[in-house]
Amino acid sequence: MSMNNQGRPSAIPANSGAFDGVTGTVTGNRGLQIEEPLIFEQDSAGRTGVDLPDVPKVASRLGAVKPRAKVGLPGLAEPQVVRHYTRLSQKNYAIDSGFYPLGSCTMKHNPRLNEKMARLPGFSDVHPLQPVSTVQGALELMDQLAHWLKTLTGMAAVTLAPAAGAHGEMCGIMAIRAAHEAKGDSGRTKILVPESAHGTNPATAAACGYSVDAIPATADGRVDLEALKAKLGPDVAGLMLTNPNTCGLFERDIIAIADAVHEAGGYFYCDGANFNAIVGRVRPADLGIDVMHINLHKTFSTPHGGGGPGSGPVVFAESLAPYIPVPYVTHGKDGFALVENAGEGPAFGRMKAFHGQMGMFVRALSYMLSHGADGLWQASGDAVLNANYVMARLEDVMTASFEGPCMHECLFDDRFLKGTGVTTLDMAKALIDEGFHPMTMYFPLVVHGALLIEPTETESKASLDQFVEALRALAERAKSGDVTYFQAAPRLTPRRRLDETAAARKPVLRWTPPVVAEALAAE
Amino acid sequence: MRYLPLTEADRQSMLEAIRATSVEDLFRDVPKSARLAGPIGGLPNHMGELEVERLLGSMAAKNVPAGSVPSFLGAGAYRHHVPATVDHLVQRGEFLTAYTPYQPEVSQGTLQVLFEFQTQVALLTGMDVANASMYDGATSCAEAVMMANRITRRKKAILSGGLHPHYRDVTTTDARFIGFEAVALPAAPTGGEDLLALVDDKTSCVVVQNPDVFGHVRDYTDLAAACQAKGALLIVVVTEALSLGLLTPPGDMGADIVAAEGQSFGNALNFGGPYVGLFAVKDKYVRQMPGRLCGETVDADGRRGFVLTLSTREQHIRREKATSNICTNSGLCALAFSIHVSLLGEAGITQLAQLNHTKAVQMADKLAAVPGVQVLNDGFFNEFTVKLPKPAAAVVEELAKRRILGGVPVSRLYPGAMEDLLLVAVTETNTDADMDAFAAALTEVLA
Amino acid sequence: MTKKFTKDHEWVLVEGDIATVGVSDFAQSQLGDVVFVELPEAGRELEQGKEAAVVESVKAASDVYAPVSGTVIEANQALVDDPSMVNSAAETDGWFFKIQLKDASELDALMDEAAYKAFVEESH
Ligand SMILES: Cc1ncc(COP(=O)(O)O)c(C=O)c1O
Repeated sequence: MSMNNQGRPSAIPANSGAFDGVTGTVTGNRGLQIEEPLIFEQDSAGRTGVDLPDVPKVASRLGAVKPRAKVGLPGLAEPQVVRHYTRLSQKNYAIDSGFYPLGSCTMKHNPRLNEKMARLPGFSDVHPLQPVSTVQGALELMDQLAHWLKTLTGMAAVTLAPAAGAHGEMCGIMAIRAAHEAKGDSGRTKILVPESAHGTNPATAAACGYSVDAIPATADGRVDLEALKAKLGPDVAGLMLTNPNTCGLFERDIIAIADAVHEAGGYFYCDGANFNAIVGRVRPADLGIDVMHINLHKTFSTPHGGGGPGSGPVVFAESLAPYIPVPYVTHGKDGFALVENAGEGPAFGRMKAFHGQMGMFVRALSYMLSHGADGLWQASGDAVLNANYVMARLEDVMTASFEGPCMHECLFDDRFLKGTGVTTLDMAKALIDEGFHPMTMYFPLVVHGALLIEPTETESKASLDQFVEALRALAERAKSGDVTYFQAAPRLTPRRRLDETAAARKPVLRWTPPVVAEALAAE
Repeated sequence: MRYLPLTEADRQSMLEAIRATSVEDLFRDVPKSARLAGPIGGLPNHMGELEVERLLGSMAAKNVPAGSVPSFLGAGAYRHHVPATVDHLVQRGEFLTAYTPYQPEVSQGTLQVLFEFQTQVALLTGMDVANASMYDGATSCAEAVMMANRITRRKKAILSGGLHPHYRDVTTTDARFIGFEAVALPAAPTGGEDLLALVDDKTSCVVVQNPDVFGHVRDYTDLAAACQAKGALLIVVVTEALSLGLLTPPGDMGADIVAAEGQSFGNALNFGGPYVGLFAVKDKYVRQMPGRLCGETVDADGRRGFVLTLSTREQHIRREKATSNICTNSGLCALAFSIHVSLLGEAGITQLAQLNHTKAVQMADKLAAVPGVQVLNDGFFNEFTVKLPKPAAAVVEELAKRRILGGVPVSRLYPGAMEDLLLVAVTETNTDADMDAFAAALTEVLA
Repeated sequence: MTKKFTKDHEWVLVEGDIATVGVSDFAQSQLGDVVFVELPEAGRELEQGKEAAVVESVKAASDVYAPVSGTVIEANQALVDDPSMVNSAAETDGWFFKIQLKDASELDALMDEAAYKAFVEESH
């Protein structure tokens, strides 16, 4: 069998210790931490949180379809709904509340000006299929965003259509396939992807019908150029490489890598998730990249919203520029125009219902304008400085996986925990009790028990110092043999460790009305 | 530079701690030829809030907001009234600025919301389980087809001519690059296609839409059973989720997968995005589903809690064998959806759906009374197709000059075809006066 | 009737021309709590060294390869119902599937219990 033995504890450790918080309240609440039932458990028939006009007395016209008997939704009044979601929100950690050094995710401050701008009715209350004459400002905004992205990357063309990074990867790999097909080259069946790549990279390449060939890394955490060259050939469609890479390092040989890929007739896809390290300082076009996605929800500060929405524009070098999906904005004779249909050209069909994540475009442009060229230069500089500072201050108590300087994030592995009985997961959970969101754990897969820390530029030195002190103390504590402390962590959170094994063995993926649940249990 | 807390003194002391001479020194691994010497050229320098507001405000002012005029556009995006509570709650920083709930102990808020969202979607669609969202309805549709291909180990999808052409295009784009067959039937503005005749032993699924892109509502119970008898799945697409408040849901008709657009609840038009893809399936197909799933469990103290689960389907674990490459989804839009549906409740959703339907019936009657105009639908929810005596695109331009957004010309969706057809959507936001103004303006334009 | 092991941590027990296949106790200890198994249906032809089944813990999915070629005659339904048996009884009741052997000589290259033990110790 193939085995991924980076599997980590997901059940609750046997010696997790009894609950030692404030126990014994009548309600189960603990001061500001208030227990909140499911919305379905607060139902009263007939109650509602909206007042609507009466329905006109008109015969319905539903053709052959019958109206449904009931949906089964609970009835709550507005104050209950407000309280429900407010209480739930208070069970979340967020950038607004504290340091969130989740590597590879660029959890930077989300400016509220962006939110205000995205809510201008001229942007938020515009239908995607309004006559083009009534949406000139929206098209202008898209055109401006495209201009910024092309300038910052030095690339020839951009599509704003993809909905997130992974969707952008799909778009880029499709363009590569289309370009090879246009040349009548059907022998290219492989995409090369380093072992350190984010899971979306191999998933995307495979989804597009390519087999994935892993390229190994050198001892200093970078692509092994010689190994790469040995794999290049007429069967390779392209290379997917993250730069700065997922170990937080800049690929020093990147230009030689690009040359080698091009010489072998392939294209160079860059995963731009880590663009924040170099934005405004290095133009990807100058590195030989053919196509790259940009996560507006990372580099350009649009909020992650607990998992989305994102936006993943893709920039293309001249070589791939013809192969971009519809729709896109052009300069017509009566102002801006929108090309919505692929027609006969090399451009290919749609990736999304409408024109892209407009709400995210407004936020990203608002951020870019706020920072400007000088601000972006400073921002990427501070992002890299913060990461190097954290690395320097932890190097003597934790084990850095590779030698610095790092870029916007620094990578440690679990060698410093060897023999302590404490795992990467335990460290993360103990950090939660200290008031921090943990770093990314167990990614990238190229080191054991990875801890990937990305501070971003919007963190103050005081906040970094506090984080460093906490981690140093925890590392010392682990080495002192206090395993029980770690296995019982977190203790101070709305919920303690959750039993993921039980969740996966007998999945409960929705609420079921009690009568139905009872019947199911009796079966 | 208001977003940057480091002071010059901080930077100096940090450089000392790192033992670097300058920030530029930290970029020494970047090939020299690619390092810019200073801020990039061709872009302005930083701006204060006021300047940014002025600049973006002037762009916004060049658009005609749908709410500023009588507006009757639909075709996959609908203008509904979103209660003030929704936008207030989604802007709580704890929801807005959190990442995917990878650390469940400090993400119970997002996780419980997802669990409730999944339940609401399952209830609305009449299906067993739903996932935590996709990008939008169109990508949900394409993912549903790929899921059907995996389940049946067949590679041919039949797409109804009533499927929104943008959904069709997203699916055929995937088909081209991913390598499966998508047989798209010609547009069927008056229905009458024989989908079942096309189902053979290579067919993985039939994709229909309800209401379809021309507004027709249909009962697909027989089609579902017939597809399943031939080993194919029935995928039902819904672009107007509010219709689920009134119509027999796809699950009751026997659908295997429902792929829907959830924008109608809680989400503004936003010129097309971000929206929220809904994805619901029968229980037995859960392990073939794309996207994140939230499940119930207990914590170390035995208290109920929630976690992301069945993750081995996903890219971060399964990598090249994942069911989909999706990572970031539409979390915050799903939250907005969920809050709106919670506010409506059973009573509200039924009333809102009926209100939309009866207003659309009234509008259809008003338009049918305009000389030369013919309504094509017998049954519809809140959107229908009218046949005009003149090209619809030109009529819509004329109406826009009279400050009425009078629907979507079918030729906008099918370039060069069906130029005399117009899609008209009516929601609770349209007043009687709006409807009369539309009918009057159309009479004038057609005269 | 001796038990043989592969380098990929499958075991195979042959009785007549029927081979019973599972994953080793060492493998289960590395996987952690198993939550799901996907087994081949009866009648499927398996080829030595090729993917035959899937075993999943919460954070990992692993392919199980066929240690020998043959036709699947039975999958362990009890294991599907209770995947934790992989952890509690990896080399007994936690078997994955039985196959009708095609070529008994394929067994020759596999390790016996002692050799496998040494292999595990050396490589992990
Ligand atoms: C390196 C890398 N690549 C790709 C992605 C996928 O991006 P998204 O989540 O926007 O689809 C991510 C983010 O999670 C990432 O960190």
